[in-house]
Amino acid sequence: MFIIVVGQGKVGTTLSSQLCAEGHDIVTIDNDPAVLKKLQETLDVATLCGNGAAASVLEEAGAARADLLIACTDGDEVNLLSCMVARKLGTKNTIARVRDPEYDSDLRLLKDEFHISLSINPELTCAREIFRILRFPAFMKRETFLRDKAELVELRVAPGSQLDGLKLMDLRRLTNEKALICAVERQGQVTIPDGSFVLQGNDRISLTAEAAGLVRFMHDLGLPAPGIRKVMIVGGSRIAIHVARLLQRNKVRVTIIDNDEQKCHRLTELLPEATILCGNGSLQEVLLSEGVKDTDAVLALTGFDEENLTISMFANYLKVPKTVTKIDRTDHLEVYSNAGIDTIVSPKLLTANEIVRYVRAMGSRSGQSMLALSRFMDGKVEAMEFAVPAGANYRDIPFRALQTRKRKDTLVAAIARNRQLIIPSGDDCLLADDRVVIVAPRDVSISALKDVFPGGNV
Amino acid sequence: MNGRAVRYFIGHILRWEAILMLPALIIALADRSWGAVNGFLITMLLLLAASSLLLFVGQRGDHSMQAREGFVIVGLGWVLLSLFGALPFFISGQIPRFVDALFETVSGFTTTGASILTNIEGLCRGLLFWRSFTHWIGGMGVLVFVLAIIPLSKGSGESMHLLRAESPGPDVGKVSPTMRKTTRTLYAIYVVITLITFLLLVLGGDPAFDSFCNAVGAAGTGGFAIRNAGIGAYGHYTQTVLSFAMMLFGVNFSVYYLILTRQARRALQDEELHWYIGIILGALVLLVLNTRRLFPSLGEAVHHVFFTICSIITTTGFSTVDFNLWPELSKWILVLLMFMGASAGSTGGGMKVSRILILIKSLGNQIATMLRPRSVHIVRLNRKMVEDATVRGVHVFCLAYFFILAISALFVSLDNFDGVTTVTSVIACISNIGPGLNMVGPMGNYAAFSDLSKIILSLDMLFGRLEIFPMLLLFAPAAWRRNG
Repeated sequence: MFIIVVGQGKVGTTLSSQLCAEGHDIVTIDNDPAVLKKLQETLDVATLCGNGAAASVLEEAGAARADLLIACTDGDEVNLLSCMVARKLGTKNTIARVRDPEYDSDLRLLKDEFHISLSINPELTCAREIFRILRFPAFMKRETFLRDKAELVELRVAPGSQLDGLKLMDLRRLTNEKALICAVERQGQVTIPDGSFVLQGNDRISLTAEAAGLVRFMHDLGLPAPGIRKVMIVGGSRIAIHVARLLQRNKVRVTIIDNDEQKCHRLTELLPEATILCGNGSLQEVLLSEGVKDTDAVLALTGFDEENLTISMFANYLKVPKTVTKIDRTDHLEVYSNAGIDTIVSPKLLTANEIVRYVRAMGSRSGQSMLALSRFMDGKVEAMEFAVPAGANYRDIPFRALQTRKRKDTLVAAIARNRQLIIPSGDDCLLADDRVVIVAPRDVSISALKDVFPGGNV
Repeated sequence: MNGRAVRYFIGHILRWEAILMLPALIIALADRSWGAVNGFLITMLLLLAASSLLLFVGQRGDHSMQAREGFVIVGLGWVLLSLFGALPFFISGQIPRFVDALFETVSGFTTTGASILTNIEGLCRGLLFWRSFTHWIGGMGVLVFVLAIIPLSKGSGESMHLLRAESPGPDVGKVSPTMRKTTRTLYAIYVVITLITFLLLVLGGDPAFDSFCNAVGAAGTGGFAIRNAGIGAYGHYTQTVLSFAMMLFGVNFSVYYLILTRQARRALQDEELHWYIGIILGALVLLVLNTRRLFPSLGEAVHHVFFTICSIITTTGFSTVDFNLWPELSKWILVLLMFMGASAGSTGGGMKVSRILILIKSLGNQIATMLRPRSVHIVRLNRKMVEDATVRGVHVFCLAYFFILAISALFVSLDNFDGVTTVTSVIACISNIGPGLNMVGPMGNYAAFSDLSKIILSLDMLFGRLEIFPMLLLFAPAAWRRNG
């Protein structure tokens, strides 16, 4: 597809690089020539310097022929205008980043005038992700597939737990719930395991399971699933406000610490039920005196990555059951997770992921077959959703018989058939119109289901 | 320095050079000229062996590169391309001295068209074909070709460094979002216009072999003729077709891309294009006035002057008449055109019209600032601001250009020819034109120069074609250090 990306800030560059890697033609617009020069040396994209909301600039970028325009500059107004102009010039779809919740009503009111196919609020997206994580705090990451029926979760094997030393084919003896371990990361190396693989303590694993059975599964494995009743948020950012609202709706007690007095006033006004504290949340004494030890989770959401990291490390040290760290600079994620900072949220990555997902869905309408994709284990593993095409030569054959034709480094993680979720074993097979989730390391390039079964006709 | 990337790309360049020798080999076979067949076969085997070795060592692993690798690949690639390309001439014995063969080949790849041959028609057709075909390969660039064909890491923009290092112009950009499409589009345009020229020449009644050699000579703005009398050996029709072909190949190829994508209005607003056409017309009027009495009729004068101007400004170097016999004013106007050269992003050489424009505009700005120190000025091209870094780059480029010109002239002066010959031979080589004035005029050649001069002039041609820096960096020790 031909895509124009307006604004090359954090989200813009992440988006450009992901969409570019997927083989789309990208034109990027920004008003900073230095940013564009750097971009052109790292990505195979065209660049254009100028105001991305100006018709002349958009016209030069080729808005008349574009399939999609993504506006993610700092200004909501610029993004909205950019989308409107592009639409007028002939761009088929537009996505705008609109972060100010005050514009929500505008978006509803002016839906037709703005012509926006999708509007994205990074802070809200991030808040939702945090909320989802807090509902199952044992997981480092949670993602749903197959119309929310399948869950793909990531967790760390605690040394000495039931999972430590477990041979994967014995998993079914421990629990009646259907679950499949689809990727294991050990010392930075990712493996797609088979039945003879033996887990060790500190392995990071991702597994698929039925959404409804996840709680029982965790219980059967003896993994603690403490409910979160008290949350402390450091940093009164927009994300904090969104999270607090979501949590309060679920009767969780929320404390927010921020050291800006005016901001605290505004927070109090917006969140009457929350406890708002004015103080420096990165100081140990402040955290300790406000009872960080008794909270179930600490969310480090200040504007500074370093501060967030220190807060989380301190909370880990105090053995707070769950910490969530907001990180903007994503180039060191691996280092952080090795340092014990497990659950990291990054508004920019989340936003980019959501947009990429939308772009893929657009592609699937136009004949490409990937329906959804998400990345795991710091982006080293991908989980992709496909529909099984009617004429495929690998359907109706049990996986046991397909083994020689399937790529060894890929895994069929879940199948949805007639509203039923199947966690596959060797006896299952693919039928036409099934939807499947495929897990593969990122360097294995899979763009269609047939790439998983490269073997010829049987 | 990532040696792996360098080996990988140079391996591909050499492999493609071997493949591109095939048509010439076939012609030599058909003519049963066994010396040339030998020359091509041995060279191709050497090329394949060298490229297989390089690709074997460089195939796997990380091909990531920075600006430095880009420069080194382009500089080194062109030097090796020329060294191997010279072998068929040398091995066949038809150009007995290696320095001469090298000069001829460098002149071919850099689209200069300067020749050391006193009797061109003495070469066999296979070698003549290869000699002209090097123009076509070098015109659009061998790395542009390689980038259009070999698998590249998807989504990475690092190959930009290669495009930037090889393509001419002050500010190189992609015409299309991806590198693959950009390079393929450029070559598609190149092939199509070359074919049209070829067909027009054949329709005019020229032999197919001559038509092809002349078409690729004009396409690469090279200028090797395959007749001793140059293009003067053909009729007016052929000359007119070639005039327009040369003029078209001297235009920035992004103009054609814009026309192809139905943005003709934007294409025709290109400032460089206006100046390019304007300068051709202006020079035409001046030269016709100045040389009118040398020709039997006004029509004749316009015909030959137009051909000569197109040939010189695009740095092709074809000739129909001996402009060395023209009045002094005409000759020096031609020398100025030699300096300027064609448009950025074309196959032509020289300093490029857009650089001269930027230079003149920044000179104007400097004067305005001196008169009124508080006033603020920027350089605009196509109604857009030219980045300060680009303007500085143009200044440095011009400085380096004249510096190299001066040093080279110093070496060439050892041969003790007259000043005009010395200076114009260097200009003709560094601007990739071919013919200069006096001894190296359209009817002369470079045979009389010493080996040292030939090597210096060969280097100048490479400096000119690659726009100095990729070649200059090859001589910088820091470019070769692992982490320098």
